[in-house]
Amino acid sequence: MAVDRSRLPGLGPERPFTFPDIRRVTLANGLRVWTVEHHQVPLVSVLALVPAGAAADPSDRPGLAAITGDMLDEGCGDKGALDVHEALGRIGAQLDLDVGHDATVLGLTTLERYLDRGLELVRDMLIRPRFEQREFDRVRDLRLNRLLQLKDMPPALADRAFTQLLYRGHPYGHLPIGSEGSLRAMMIRDITLFHRRAFVPSQTTVIAVGDASHERLVEAVSRAFEAWAADSTEPPINPDGFPPASQPAMQLALVHRAGGAQSELRIGHVALPRKSPDYHAALVANMILGGQFVSRINMNLREDKGYTYGVRTAFEFRRAPGPFVLHASVQADATADALREAIGEMRAIRGERPVTAQELELGRASLTRGYPRNFETADQVARGAAQLALYDLPNDYFTTFVPRVLALNEDTVTAAAAKHIDPSRLLTVVVGDRDKLGPSLKALDMGDVADISVT
Amino acid sequence: MNIPFTKYTLDNGLDVLVHEDHSLPIVAVNVWYHVGSKNEVPGRTGFAHLFEHLMFEGSQHYDRGYFHPLQEAGAALNGSTNADRTNYWEVVPGNALDLALWMESDRMGYLLPALTDAKFSNQREVVLNERRQNYENRPYGLAGMAIVSALYPADHPYHWLTIGGADDIRAAHIDDVRAFFQRYYHPGNASLALAGDIDPDMGILLAEEYFGEIPAGEKPARLSIPTPAPPPADVKLVLEDRVELPRIYMAWHSPALFAEGDAELDLVAEVLTSGKTSRLYRALVYEQRIATEVAASQNSRELGSFFQVVATAAPGRTLAEVERAITRELATFLDRGPTGAELERCLAQAEAHFLFRLQTVGGFGGKSDQLNAYNTFLNDPGYFVRDLERYRTATADRLRDAARIYLKPANRVVLSVVPRGRVALALSGSQPVAVS
Repeated sequence: MAVDRSRLPGLGPERPFTFPDIRRVTLANGLRVWTVEHHQVPLVSVLALVPAGAAADPSDRPGLAAITGDMLDEGCGDKGALDVHEALGRIGAQLDLDVGHDATVLGLTTLERYLDRGLELVRDMLIRPRFEQREFDRVRDLRLNRLLQLKDMPPALADRAFTQLLYRGHPYGHLPIGSEGSLRAMMIRDITLFHRRAFVPSQTTVIAVGDASHERLVEAVSRAFEAWAADSTEPPINPDGFPPASQPAMQLALVHRAGGAQSELRIGHVALPRKSPDYHAALVANMILGGQFVSRINMNLREDKGYTYGVRTAFEFRRAPGPFVLHASVQADATADALREAIGEMRAIRGERPVTAQELELGRASLTRGYPRNFETADQVARGAAQLALYDLPNDYFTTFVPRVLALNEDTVTAAAAKHIDPSRLLTVVVGDRDKLGPSLKALDMGDVADISVT
Repeated sequence: MNIPFTKYTLDNGLDVLVHEDHSLPIVAVNVWYHVGSKNEVPGRTGFAHLFEHLMFEGSQHYDRGYFHPLQEAGAALNGSTNADRTNYWEVVPGNALDLALWMESDRMGYLLPALTDAKFSNQREVVLNERRQNYENRPYGLAGMAIVSALYPADHPYHWLTIGGADDIRAAHIDDVRAFFQRYYHPGNASLALAGDIDPDMGILLAEEYFGEIPAGEKPARLSIPTPAPPPADVKLVLEDRVELPRIYMAWHSPALFAEGDAELDLVAEVLTSGKTSRLYRALVYEQRIATEVAASQNSRELGSFFQVVATAAPGRTLAEVERAITRELATFLDRGPTGAELERCLAQAEAHFLFRLQTVGGFGGKSDQLNAYNTFLNDPGYFVRDLERYRTATADRLRDAARIYLKPANRVVLSVVPRGRVALALSGSQPVAVS
């Protein structure tokens, strides 16, 4: 039978998908335990979510949350640093520690038959870290070396400058890794105190997903964590109390890097928090503007102009307002043109070239039709559940996602773009060669180019 | 642990593999073409990868870009090129399988009528930008080129990296695209895997429907190129780069993908640098603190692999110290092999990695990608179980013996990457190497 190549085949009827069923219990000590059955492969993923990340760093100790997280697996309970890793290796565990702005997440995936051993390790790392001076000195040195190496990496330089300028004096005003000065000043007691305040059962959620029944998962997590002493701690940070970020003094900042073959760009401003009622509309607006390959900005800068290997925009959703930001690396001699085009697209979507019916369809469909893909592995399911825990979202969040996106129309999406992307507030950071770029950047009509050195 | 499948070969030579997994209402479509940068010639390097880019620019019956209709249907998609193969994949909601097969088959059968000079020159620029971003402008980004060009003679197809030389990419011509397509992009040189919410009989039927009409092509002869002899003595090189900390690379020729010794060296790499209790991490980073990081890998490839150890010196430490420490630890390993505890740990990790790979139907490394890998390289999509056996049956003696044969102390390529203007930080006797 010959294929009809005169038109694309249509889509068949949608196939049903059942979202993961999250069971929630709270232990006597206040620890929240969430479980999901996920039976495809004999694996389990355990995530411990502690809602304290870089934004909880004391203002004179940027990097404290991150190094605290880094110290968790450097000796805990009855095990020294090497013993911890020997034990992890013996159960084939994959350990993953992520310290972001809002939270510390410790994740472990292992074979189902090692669930109890894996949980004991997670428990000891989380609540019985040793924080030994010898290990701390070594870990701090490694972090300082990492900071040194990041100085050679244009993306890292750009992220650093952008974060510092955009959120000056704000809890979000530094990258989680912190700064050299702060790391050098850090002492074990800073870490111990931070850990004591933030790592408490009343604030923590342990999520277990895998090839076992709810009952078995709850029982295993409870047994591992029931001896954790209850606390009466207030949340160590309250993002609702963050002050608004102040508008940067400049529009355009340059981080000089001699002879760069490419310029690294960040363009954006402070936008909206995760709990905003505009969340879904902003997601769709971003898909259309720069959130995927076929978005306006990528099609313009990559597919039409050939300035870059790729460009993306994103709203970074956090508990307090996070940034809207464009990321790109562009060929050096196209820097000014790329900025002009990208900012032009941000301006246009707000009204001059509003969202079209076709774009709306594409943006909504990309987000909704592929949605079940996000629930394929135990780790993905656990991370999805962790979003609900961190942002205090309801249990029906997953099932309402698709209908909520589909309820949006061209007007609501254009309005969300107009409200949450504001060209008059954009901060642009360029990492590139001052001597090569200077004149063309000056001609952009974005005010004086602020020459920034990154610390 | 297994990946059950059904295999059927269409009349035009296309291998079709179907794996059924109804966990989610999604289907992975995965196509491998048995062509990579090893099929290029000097002066025209980087072409297989540039060609991959053109596969996303539209084909005769849908000439408005490859991404749009698929992303609109909720698909994730991508492609990649390495030395040995080029792969393309979509993961689509089950109701968009027809669309994905239509699109994949259209570019397999009808790419050339849609090819234009404008597309070609645009993608050439995109690739040059990719090269600047990921190689030229990235610290240590050119080290890989220096290593392979020293390991392999100029006429060996592993002498260059897949990204290719910048001048070669600029010299690429649109006529080369036509010849390349006709030679390598046809059903006889491809393998199609479908995995997910699909019945195997239906999968084969759909493959026949969409791909059956594409004319057969001549299967290119497999390259048969002997592995070059190891250098009779260490080849020491130095490369200046915009970096803060010097880094040392050591590379040895090693057995090809799936050849005897390949899995053993994979495990040797685990013993040496996987986790904090691994030999080299523990000695160099944890105890002596002379390095900030160390990584070993068996880089398995079709015509021959190379084993590599990479370590970055801690501030104030020299590459000579780091090199001595690595050499000392390796000598101990060559002498005694792994301990029972080390072997046990590595085997547990290897088994876990095999399970981790069973978690996704599509994407890079998912079940459909693995079926195609086994089918393309071994003509045996059911190799998963035997692949796992290669690791399960490894013994301490076999790891030690493989290391003794291949990781000899004096047959290495040793590259020092040092901050610009500070050649004295390289191992003594290193010759400057020019890559760009």
